Amino acid sequence: MLRILGKIQRLGIVTEQLPEIGEPALTEIGEQLKAHIGERFGGSLAIREVDAGSCNGCELEVQALNNPIYSIERFGVHFVASPRHADMLLFSGPVSRHMETALLRTYEATPEPRLVIAVGECGACGGEFGISYASCGAVSNVIPVDAVIRGCPPTPINLMRGILEAIAKRSPGG
Amino acid sequence: MTPRNPLAEFPRRLADIGVRVEVRESPGLAPAQLILLKPGDWSRLGIEARSWGCRWVASWGEEVDQADGTMIRVNTCFEHGGAYLVARTAVPRAAPVLASHTTSYPGADRPERHIRDMLGVVFTDHPDARRWTRHQAWTQAEYPLRRDFPAAGSPPERTAADHQYNFLLAQGSGVYEIPVGPVHAGIIEPGHFRFQAVGETVLKLEERLGYTHKGVEKIAEGRAADGLARLAGRVSGDSTVAHAWAACMAMEQAAGLDVPPRAVWLRALMCERERIANHVGDIGAMLNDIAFAFGFYQFARLREMWQRTSREAFGHRFMMDCIVPGGVATDLDPRFIAAMHDEARLLGQQIGKLMAIINDLPSVADRVRGTGVLTPEHARALGCVGYVGRASGMDFDVRRDAPYPPYDKLTFTVPLHHYGDVNARARTRLEEITASLGLIEALLNGLPAGPVRAAWMHPAPEAEGLGLVEGWRGEILSFVRFGADGRIARFFPRDPSWTTWPALELLIHDNIVPDFPVCNKSVNGSYSGQDL
Repeated sequence: MLRILGKIQRLGIVTEQLPEIGEPALTEIGEQLKAHIGERFGGSLAIREVDAGSCNGCELEVQALNNPIYSIERFGVHFVASPRHADMLLFSGPVSRHMETALLRTYEATPEPRLVIAVGECGACGGEFGISYASCGAVSNVIPVDAVIRGCPPTPINLMRGILEAIAKRSPGG
Repeated sequence: MTPRNPLAEFPRRLADIGVRVEVRESPGLAPAQLILLKPGDWSRLGIEARSWGCRWVASWGEEVDQADGTMIRVNTCFEHGGAYLVARTAVPRAAPVLASHTTSYPGADRPERHIRDMLGVVFTDHPDARRWTRHQAWTQAEYPLRRDFPAAGSPPERTAADHQYNFLLAQGSGVYEIPVGPVHAGIIEPGHFRFQAVGETVLKLEERLGYTHKGVEKIAEGRAADGLARLAGRVSGDSTVAHAWAACMAMEQAAGLDVPPRAVWLRALMCERERIANHVGDIGAMLNDIAFAFGFYQFARLREMWQRTSREAFGHRFMMDCIVPGGVATDLDPRFIAAMHDEARLLGQQIGKLMAIINDLPSVADRVRGTGVLTPEHARALGCVGYVGRASGMDFDVRRDAPYPPYDKLTFTVPLHHYGDVNARARTRLEEITASLGLIEALLNGLPAGPVRAAWMHPAPEAEGLGLVEGWRGEILSFVRFGADGRIARFFPRDPSWTTWPALELLIHDNIVPDFPVCNKSVNGSYSGQDL
């Protein structure tokens, strides 16, 4: 037990204030995110992420938002297990035909108003997989989409920026 | 001295029992030797391969024109002691009937059902008549990998849920069923798990996969080499380096193209980085699944920092599209040599300190020891590879046992455990991190000078190639055959997950339902890599 406490104390908080990776400040995006979520979602934005057929690259980057460097929960964003608890849906693609009905049902199970973001090149336009006997391509070919976040896969910082833009568009006066 | 090939005598053995075997030269398939058989001898091949001690590696089919008409060609790859053999036969497209190998090799079950769904080959004596890859997007009478099936297909307006798949039911007093998925609670890939349980104890788990089937094999057809490398890099996004490497290796073998040494070493550097990123992330995720948040955050932090270096050095956090036909996309800036040395040393130290803390906690040991045991017998029967196999006594690693450059010039330890529980898989992966850190040091020290890419040249039509790479999940097999104009006629990537998904069904038996997440994560099969 003492070792854990020692490690925690020595390491301190690693959550980043200003990343030095040539990208806009994480905190800046985060603070805007927090402000918009405060204004429109009562301080808490619940997101349900669904892999609708992706290669798993997008999921790894969405997962990274929960690591202590990005720690997206501090801005009021949390990922939920049920679409019934969600304000926003993040769907990665391409939508495989075998996931088409599951995706529709997830969408229908989410209470309105709901925001839908298509994640990644495949979610946005079908990517490497396009449309085929096995793939419906972009998420928008199956359900209405409010915003897309490009990238193969989008980096965690771009995911945050995309989420911010999607809710800013919807915010009063935004 | 060349080590003895443990499969050299195998064709003769087949001939001795009356099997007509033709040994064919196929440089593209090296190191595997190619043998041709009559379809009537296919069953005996399976039985003999098993008694010879071969591991069943993969099976794939393709529609081809031969002198005797349009045929479905079926290939099966075996391995023994690091030697590979591809056995090939062909059955008429009009009546494609072939004996199943599942009776000799349980691991052949789903791959043969995949071939049945995709090409219409009927495997006699196959114990399971249910479809596997096919859900409701195409009909039972359609076979997407046949040439008269257009890539666009003729899918229904909306593809229905596949709710009539017959799961095996356990019955009895107090038995209940838990259906899970395809949409899971976490931020993970989709698939369906059907548990039969009594109280908290799992009597039986049955997997239903195929939800992420994206037609990879079909849409590979007609691609140029660089397009195939991009597609291969998305077979399973977490293994983008290993799959791209295996596919490029296959294409380069088909073309007879020599890759510059520096490119080969850089590929290995990326592949070891990918191995470490995934192992580090998964060890954290396993700790999360036993509710040890401290461990999760620590390892998640290490993974993030590691990925950032990959991005700085190679331009992408997963190093996607960095491996290209003929070499690598960009050279490594010399300033990263020292930085990566320091990073490797530091990561080793950090993990050492964390493990000292974690090993000190009886509550962690309690959750992982004796949990999710895959016995060596089961691992052998299924042909499990990678850390799942190596934690259950399957002492095999392509890098060591069938070494491809640059691993033929490097020495490293391949960890081996026998108990096969979650703990053994976690230990194996921790030891693999240590071995990979050592490899990274050696790769940085020995990085040859020179170009990083050879000019691509179109292979002759019909040229075939085989790529065999030890990805972080284990052995990846990649097969390509070219058609005219340097275009791909057939691509088949066999992700190691094909061998470990069935293992999960066995190792969860008699465990409690709440231990399923950590058992699943300790195996971490790829859905996308399996579903194709």
